[in-house]
Amino acid sequence: MNIGLLINEGPYSHQAADSAWQFAKAALARGHRIQRVFFYNDGVHNATKLTEPPQDDRHIVNRWSRLAEEHGTDLVVCVAAGLRRGLVEENLAPGFRISGLGQLVEAGIESDRLVVFGD
Amino acid sequence: MTQVAEDIEREAGAEAVVKKFMFVNRKAPHGTIYALEGLEVVLISAAFDQDVSLAFLDDGVYQLLKGQETKAIGVKNFSPTYRALEGYDVEKLYVERESLEARGISEQQLLVAVQVVSAGEMAELMEQQDVIISS
Repeated sequence: MNIGLLINEGPYSHQAADSAWQFAKAALARGHRIQRVFFYNDGVHNATKLTEPPQDDRHIVNRWSRLAEEHGTDLVVCVAAGLRRGLVEENLAPGFRISGLGQLVEAGIESDRLVVFGD
Repeated sequence: MTQVAEDIEREAGAEAVVKKFMFVNRKAPHGTIYALEGLEVVLISAAFDQDVSLAFLDDGVYQLLKGQETKAIGVKNFSPTYRALEGYDVEKLYVERESLEARGISEQQLLVAVQVVSAGEMAELMEQQDVIISS
């Protein structure tokens, strides 16, 4: 199955980013395809390379980058939501790209399921 | 099938895709950014010629209240945008009756024409959708 993900919450402050990543890993392991991961609202903070969690904690941002590297997963950050929160090209972690909300609507059209993570 | 025929078929198929998108609004217009950024997605989706509807339930019904005045809290009053939705061919606005009643709001206090539906009917509408984006 072709699956799109929408993440609406920031990392560490909310479970959404963890759940979404775990969902993506599980789906890929079962042979599904992750068509796109779209980051919106505070979810855009998942994409900043400035993130430096304590050493004994998971690195949520690097985890996404690794997913993109290993599976070619398309990680898209909303440009408008990003600009509002100071997330611009210069501080984008590897594997992410910035684009418009049209990419979210397209994910809804092209994937068999769009799964939303957030409140 | 030739490559050209395949391309044509794929293109025709891509054009024909019209999905039912429902945007579910559950939060008050102010206090968090969900309502405002949710509305931005609705406006973009209108450009994709999809079958778009909006649902308002829980505190989301406050988004449609007439006479919103945000000057004192120093944030943008985006409520007029709901009136502009019609111009984008977004005309299906569903509001849950139970949510209105629980908050003492009547349909006459809303700033746009809506369809008031029961929680059960709302569940049926959601069941019919291809894509549900909630915030």
